[in-house]
Amino acid sequence: MSAFAQLPGVAGQSTSPPAARPGRYRLLPYLLLLPGVAWLFLFFALPLAQLAAASLYDPNGSLSTGYTMTWAFGNYPAALQAYWPQFGRSFRYAGTALVLALLMGYPLAYVIACKAGRWRNLLLVCVVAPMFTSFLVRTLAWKTILSDHGWLVGLLRDVHLLGPDGRLLATPVAVVLGLTYNFLPFLVLPLYASLERLDHRLVEASRDLYASRWQTFRRVTLPLSRPGLIAGTLLFFIPATGDYINAELLGTPNEYMIGNVIDSAFLVRLDYPQGAALSFLLISAILAVVFGYLRRAGEDVR
Amino acid sequence: MRRALRPLTRRALLTGTVGAAALLATGGTLAGCGIPGAQQTGAGCVSEDLSGTEKKLAFSNWPQYLDVDEDDESKRPSLDSFVRASGIEVTYTEDVNDNNEFFGKVQHQLSACQSTGRDLIVLSDWMVARMIRLGWIQQLDQANLPNVAANLLPSLRDRPFDVGNELAVPWQSGFAGLAYNGRVAREIRSVDELLTRPDLKGRVTALTEMSDTMGLLLLSNGHDPTDFTTAQFDDALDKLRKAVDSGQIRRFTGNDYAPDLARGNIAACIGWSGDIIQLGFADDRIRFVTPDTGVMIWSDNMVVPRKATHKANAEALIDHYYDPAVAAQLAAYVNYICPVQGAQEEMEKIDPELAANPLIFPDDAMLATARGFMALDEQQERAYETRFQQVIGA
Repeated sequence: MSAFAQLPGVAGQSTSPPAARPGRYRLLPYLLLLPGVAWLFLFFALPLAQLAAASLYDPNGSLSTGYTMTWAFGNYPAALQAYWPQFGRSFRYAGTALVLALLMGYPLAYVIACKAGRWRNLLLVCVVAPMFTSFLVRTLAWKTILSDHGWLVGLLRDVHLLGPDGRLLATPVAVVLGLTYNFLPFLVLPLYASLERLDHRLVEASRDLYASRWQTFRRVTLPLSRPGLIAGTLLFFIPATGDYINAELLGTPNEYMIGNVIDSAFLVRLDYPQGAALSFLLISAILAVVFGYLRRAGEDVR
Repeated sequence: MRRALRPLTRRALLTGTVGAAALLATGGTLAGCGIPGAQQTGAGCVSEDLSGTEKKLAFSNWPQYLDVDEDDESKRPSLDSFVRASGIEVTYTEDVNDNNEFFGKVQHQLSACQSTGRDLIVLSDWMVARMIRLGWIQQLDQANLPNVAANLLPSLRDRPFDVGNELAVPWQSGFAGLAYNGRVAREIRSVDELLTRPDLKGRVTALTEMSDTMGLLLLSNGHDPTDFTTAQFDDALDKLRKAVDSGQIRRFTGNDYAPDLARGNIAACIGWSGDIIQLGFADDRIRFVTPDTGVMIWSDNMVVPRKATHKANAEALIDHYYDPAVAAQLAAYVNYICPVQGAQEEMEKIDPELAANPLIFPDDAMLATARGFMALDEQQERAYETRFQQVIGA
């Protein structure tokens, strides 16, 4: 703790090079890490370890008799066998939503960062503004928008994109649209941050060297925005895969995702080993996808 | 600053290793212990009653389940009259939104015999049955409940999970039956119609509460929900599965079917009587239907959890609500079935129309067709609930 008292000194002595007094600051990085590490340990590592343990409990245990540790690795294949359709669906929906979000989000971030001029701050506020209300309220609002007797469905019926009895609510379309909408800001903001720092001289240079607009985008803008793109897609994809609110409110049982199953395992069916096993399967599946993606996409970022 | 931090990256490896080792060690420790059983007994988990010295009561209930003053929403006439008469200070919290969710909230305290900070909780039949099974509920002192003994509806006495009426007292009851919106659909008469009529396809919801949905389906097959076999349950479940697979049923819901029904997004549903009466006030073409095959009756019950320290105060409040005049005051606001005999006469003075409503004061013939759901043991509950959840999608 005493090192924190020295913190103002760091600012005060900024003229003298830090390398001159190495001993004094050696502990500082660790102390700065301490709150974050303690937080992660208490609220992430410990619960995760507990979850890992719970996923191996005796599946025949119950609330009144308790659960004993039997290293029941069979919980994993059993859970996967029972709920693989929901697993597949989660990745399919999140993937589709990601593509939609990229198609909308990239141009949006690009315009805000490079072309918006004095409107930039206003546009940024517009991207963030929905986050001022709760996730749940926003999703409930979508129920009104997509309502069977709402103007949107009416319009789509009039132009024959939907049959006379067609609907949006309670279909996969509604769930994917909900996911796209709810997580879009997580994609746009990191993208904006990296596009905003884009060095426009490079773009000009590319044009001077007779690259077409498309070539400039593909060879200059896109690679330079890659860190934001990677961060944005991850921030979008990971929560979207585990989401269950959109499927719950905008879908039907046939659209339920793995999050709904985990929710029901823990709260309704009280099958803790299965719920824990499913959670771990989800975590590992997402980690596998993320690592695969980072290997391919992230290799020349650093 | 960058240079000062640089050495950390190498050391991070070391720290990481130590951290991982610590994690594994924790994992190993946790792995050793498992989760202890949650069963409690009165002797093993003694609750002290401080009502004699502390004039306090913490009461947890569902939202919009207590009358409020029309002019001032912060006033709750029936509760305020209790506070005035008894001098007991009531902390009223609307923190029960869902039986399962609430169970998740209090299970860690109750399974470890710790106080939940609540003296009186209102929960549905099957959840109360589960908590009684786990030994989490305190026995009530009959001597403190003269109004309950005198006025509780006979059909709600000696229920399978509480023979002798010593543990749970109904707060309100209700029917689970069918409902439809006459603006978007023709009248509906039976569960079979709900599950098969082509014009309702994709515009039907059912309840996530297994006892209500499955109870109505069992009845529609001519079976008795108070006493059914596994084969009969499976028959009913197959019927439900067909309706889900064909896309007839759009969703399974809690209370949230009500706005969808009002908007016409859904045309018909399995729903609760009180909700539909309230929707009916705004739009008289939304109607509740008791299917010919029979209707389900359920109650939300007041229970005193273990380690609650104001049991006698809680009993005083329970008894207050079994005064017919108070019960009528409450029923006029919430519109569910009033479990108190004599309240109908009191209701005549408040609102004769409500007093004549068979969904608030059902007659004997109606009560005779109404069924509760069989009391399940833990294994049955889990087996049935798992299969039901698989059909409803999770």
